[in-house]
Amino acid sequence: MQRKKKKLIALWLTLASLLLVLAGCGDDLASQDVLTRVKASNEISWGVKSDTRLFGLMSIKTGKVEGFDVDIATAVSKEIFGDQVQVNIVPVTSNTRMSLLKNGNVDALASTLTITPERKKEVLFSEVYFNAGQALMVKKGSQIKSVKDLTKGTKVIGLQGSNSVENVKKAAPEAKILQLPDAAQAFAALKSGQGDAMTSDNAILYGLAADDSDYEIVGGTFTKEPYGLGINLGQEKFHQAVDQALQTIEADGTYAKIVKKWFGKIDGFDGGVVK
Amino acid sequence: MITILTDHWADLVAGLRITLSASLLALLGSLIIGVIFALFVISPLKPLRVIGNIYVEIFRNIPLLVVALFFYIVIPQFVVQIDGFTAGTIGLTIYTSAFIAETVRAGIESVDIGQMEAARSNGMTYLQAMGYIVLPQAIKIVIPPLGNQFVNLVKNSSVLAFLAGFDLMYQANLIVSSTLKTTDTYLAVGLLYLLMTMPLSYLMRYLEKRWAKQPAND
Repeated sequence: MQRKKKKLIALWLTLASLLLVLAGCGDDLASQDVLTRVKASNEISWGVKSDTRLFGLMSIKTGKVEGFDVDIATAVSKEIFGDQVQVNIVPVTSNTRMSLLKNGNVDALASTLTITPERKKEVLFSEVYFNAGQALMVKKGSQIKSVKDLTKGTKVIGLQGSNSVENVKKAAPEAKILQLPDAAQAFAALKSGQGDAMTSDNAILYGLAADDSDYEIVGGTFTKEPYGLGINLGQEKFHQAVDQALQTIEADGTYAKIVKKWFGKIDGFDGGVVK
Repeated sequence: MITILTDHWADLVAGLRITLSASLLALLGSLIIGVIFALFVISPLKPLRVIGNIYVEIFRNIPLLVVALFFYIVIPQFVVQIDGFTAGTIGLTIYTSAFIAETVRAGIESVDIGQMEAARSNGMTYLQAMGYIVLPQAIKIVIPPLGNQFVNLVKNSSVLAFLAGFDLMYQANLIVSSTLKTTDTYLAVGLLYLLMTMPLSYLMRYLEKRWAKQPAND
C-alpha cells in the first residue's frame, strides 16, 4: 500500500515537472524578443489563412499560399529586416491562429483578423491594414446603391446563421431576407435573380466579384470590422516596428501596389486604408 | 424542447404551413404526372414508351437536391423567374412522379392481361379498357407502395430548406443558428414531421383495408 502511494506520488511529480518544462519551452519561444531573434536567424514566420480567396489561398499551381495577407506580411517583414529576410508562411485557420501565435509557432498573424475589444486582451494589434466590414453586392446597373435602398419589397440574400443576417435585419428591417447554406450557393441564387442583393463580409464578396465582372460591391461597408496584424503581448518593440513598417509601405506606394494587384479588378472596392 | 416550441411557435407554424402546402401540391401533381407517365411506359405506341422511359430513368436517378437546385438556379436564368418555394415544389413533384410512375406501372402489369383482352373484346377502346377496367384494379394493388411514396414526399419536402423556401426545416436551421440548441430544435422538428406523416400512413392503411374488402370489379 505504502509503496503504491509512493509510486503514485512519483508519477505525479514527474508529470508536473514535465508540464513545467513544456510550459517553460512555450513561454520561452513566445516571449523571446522577435526583433532580436529574427535579426539573428534571418527568418520570420507569419500565420496566414490558406482557404480565403484574395487574402490567403493555397495555389494549386505553385503549391504556395498566395494573397493580400501574404504580400502584406512579406512587405512588412522586408521593411523591418531588409530584403534578404526569409518569410515563412504558415497556414492557419480561424480556430488555430490564436494558439499558434501564443505558442510561438508563428511570430505574427496576417490572417483576416478582425480587431475586437476581446481580442485586444489577448494580442497586440497593428494599425488597421484592411477596412473589412459588411457590404452589399448587386448586379451592375441595379437600383440598389446602398443598404438604405433595401426597402419593402426587396429581397436580400445572406448566409444561414451568420452575424451578417442579424446586421442586415437591423440596417434594413423591411427587406425580406433569404438565407442560403453557403457563399457559393448564395451567389448562384443572386445570379438567378432570387434576390436583389447579397450581403456578407466585404472580403468574401470581393472574392466572389473577382470571379464575375457583372457584379459589384455598392455603398461601402455598413459595419466596421477592420483587420489588424496580430502580435504577441509583450512584443512591444516588434509591435512598434510593424506599425512603422506599415506606415512606410503605405507612404511609398508598396501598399497601394499590393491592393491593386489583388483588388484592382473589383468594382466598388473600398477596403484599402490608403485612398 | 418545450421552450423551443413556445419561443419559436410562430416561425414553426409558418414553416409547417409551407411544408404542408408544398407537400399537398406535390402529392397531387406527382400522382397525376406519375399515372400519365406510367401509361406512357406501358403504351403500345413506341414513341410514348421511349418518352416515358427516358423521363422515369432521368428523374428517378438524379438526387432530389440536384433537381430542385436546377429549378432554383438554372430555370430563373434562362426561362422564368420562380422563387424557392415554387422551384422546390416543382422539383419535388417531378422527382416523386418518376417513382409513382414506376409504382403504378408495376400495378398495371400485375393486373391479369385477360382483363384487358376481355374488355377490348367487349368493344371497349384501349383507353376505355384502361380507364374503366385495368386502372381501378391497379390502383388498389399499388395503394401500399403509393403510401410509402407520399410519406417520403413529405419528408423530402425538407429540400426547400436549401432553396430558402421557408419550410419547417429552413426555420429549424435558423432557430439552431440563433439559439445553438441543436438537439432540442431538431427533436421538436422531428416530432412535427411525425405529426404530418403518421396520419398520412394511417389514412393509406385505412384505404388499403377498405378497398381490399371490396371485390376486384364492382
